[in-house]
Amino acid sequence: MHLFYQIFIDPFVQMGSAPDLLVQTLWEGLVSGVLYALIALGFVLIFKASGVFNFAQGIMVVFAALTLVGFYAHGVPAFLALAMTIGVMFLLALAIERFVLRPLVNQPDIILFMATFGLTYILIGSGELIFGGDPKVMIADQLLLPSGSYTIKMFGGFVQMQKIDIAAAVIASLMVAILAVFFQKTRIGRALRAVADSHRAALSVGISLEYIWVTVWFAAGIVALATGIMWGARSNVSFALEIIALKALPVLILGGFTSIPGAIIGGVIIGLGEKIGEFYWGPLFGSGIESWLAYVIALIFLLFRPQGLFGERIIERI
Amino acid sequence: MFYREAGQYKTSYQADQALFPIRQDQIGIVLILLAAFVAVPLTASNFVIDSILTPVLIFSLAAIGLNLLTGYTGLLSLGTGGFMGVGAFACYKLATFFPGINIIVLIVCSGFLAAAAGIVFGLPSLRIKGFYLAVATLASQFFLSWCFIRIPWLYNYNISASIEVPARTLFGVLVTGPNATAVTRYLIVLTIVSVMTLLASNLIRGRIGRTWMAVRDMDIAAELIGIKLYPTKLLAFAVSSFYCGVAGAMLVFLWLGNAESESFSINQSFLVLFMVIIGGLGSLLGSFFGAALIFGLPIVLRMIRAALGLSMTSATLEHINFITLGILIVFFLIAEPNGLARLWQVGKQKLRVWPFPY
Repeated sequence: MHLFYQIFIDPFVQMGSAPDLLVQTLWEGLVSGVLYALIALGFVLIFKASGVFNFAQGIMVVFAALTLVGFYAHGVPAFLALAMTIGVMFLLALAIERFVLRPLVNQPDIILFMATFGLTYILIGSGELIFGGDPKVMIADQLLLPSGSYTIKMFGGFVQMQKIDIAAAVIASLMVAILAVFFQKTRIGRALRAVADSHRAALSVGISLEYIWVTVWFAAGIVALATGIMWGARSNVSFALEIIALKALPVLILGGFTSIPGAIIGGVIIGLGEKIGEFYWGPLFGSGIESWLAYVIALIFLLFRPQGLFGERIIERI
Repeated sequence: MFYREAGQYKTSYQADQALFPIRQDQIGIVLILLAAFVAVPLTASNFVIDSILTPVLIFSLAAIGLNLLTGYTGLLSLGTGGFMGVGAFACYKLATFFPGINIIVLIVCSGFLAAAAGIVFGLPSLRIKGFYLAVATLASQFFLSWCFIRIPWLYNYNISASIEVPARTLFGVLVTGPNATAVTRYLIVLTIVSVMTLLASNLIRGRIGRTWMAVRDMDIAAELIGIKLYPTKLLAFAVSSFYCGVAGAMLVFLWLGNAESESFSINQSFLVLFMVIIGGLGSLLGSFFGAALIFGLPIVLRMIRAALGLSMTSATLEHINFITLGILIVFFLIAEPNGLARLWQVGKQKLRVWPFPY
């Protein structure tokens, strides 16, 4: 009975008695959800256009952020460093297409998945070799990102919102909008969707697979860079960030592997669920339930919709 | 020329269904077993046995476990580390509760507990498929890792949150604990791995293995010919986790000596998955090759560097190790996507027709 009370009643009483804390928790959940969604977005882009489950997305985030900080540390002006990092991400996309994807064309999905694992190792090794393993500070101020916070009075308490978080939410929404237009309206976007539907049919109407893959990995690289800047501004840039890639996976299965809006909505659901669960139910189980709660939330959704909330319907034929 | 089965006639069904129908294979397996059981303990140094052979054998068993699930039943799992952990922690608790019972019995029992965990976490597998399932199995990995840290009962309220292996004897010989000799532990591991590999190979040659493979190839078609999907998939999860659990228990009791949650982290799962993929999906022999390669690579790289006499800081070495490992993984996937087991088959074919090209 006591346990029942603790699980089903007490947390809600807490929520009701301190609404400002609830709003604060909701806001934090929303922000972390948006950031998870940004990583998931990179996954979705690549999965949508090539069917590759890109495990290296998380490490690409770290790699992009490290490159940016590294250039700046060598005296390159901030915005030039940004442009150069975009250049590096383009070269990376070229190299991945040439040396990993092209030789592995037409292989089963799991082989491509493992290849991105190999890629992860290469990026971790070279990133640490070039930039060193110690945490670095993201150059948020130099990139004209706002710092500080707003404090809003409500429900007899205070809710604090970091400006950088608001910026992250705005940038994420912008990026989703741009990508949606890019996928739906442009020539390349149409070609990407064609490739996702069928490699062979796309080839037969004259779409170059190589070109498409470089484009989509480059786009994922830019998403990774944006994610890296945002995460880096909240904490430091180090390889500890790589763990967030694992956090993005439940977002991905919740939203569906192929849906851009799904990534965002999935991210928000996971972010909110995780923060609220940790804050109100966490003390009950001992802390640290954040590490698996997201997966359990995603799993529950998945039991009802096995393709994720917005994934394409799975049609199975003999 | 060297490997030719011409003239070896099978005159009974029994001979046709034998595990090793070809005489060269029979001789080969006997030689390998003799070498492993007799020659190695007599000749190899403690270093070779303890830091290469024992762990490779243990990881081979874990890889066989995952291979049964991923390679034979087609269910991609990233929770291997968690199931190995269940085996290890279960064995530790069992050894605490029943100090008098033979340690090998306890290791096998802990395998059954891991199998139970596998069944629980395999429950979503009927509805969820492919990469969705892979991510869903990560839930088990993270949940179990969390349990290993947050439930102090599992490690007997030890302050360091780690499990330390008590000394146990078998027929009067010390087999676990810090004072057991490397050779004894190696022999025990070798025995368990050999027996379990034999069991696995018979399992997949029989009805159960065939239903698994039917489910792997196309589950709807398998259902149509009368295979019940749910029990089949759950059985695959159970058997796979059993193997992983035994491997995990051996990892701690017969090799590491002590362990904590970190020893069964997500990286362990990925490592075993590498072994399976590089070795060859759906091949028991491949699991051994994969384990030897993935475990041996860093050691070989270290030796090469020592031989070249390059001087670097250990951090740099570690990074270069990572890069090399990554490049080699991509290289192996490109060179032979079907794994080392396929290379072995190609090699056998070459031996068969030598000195002619075909």
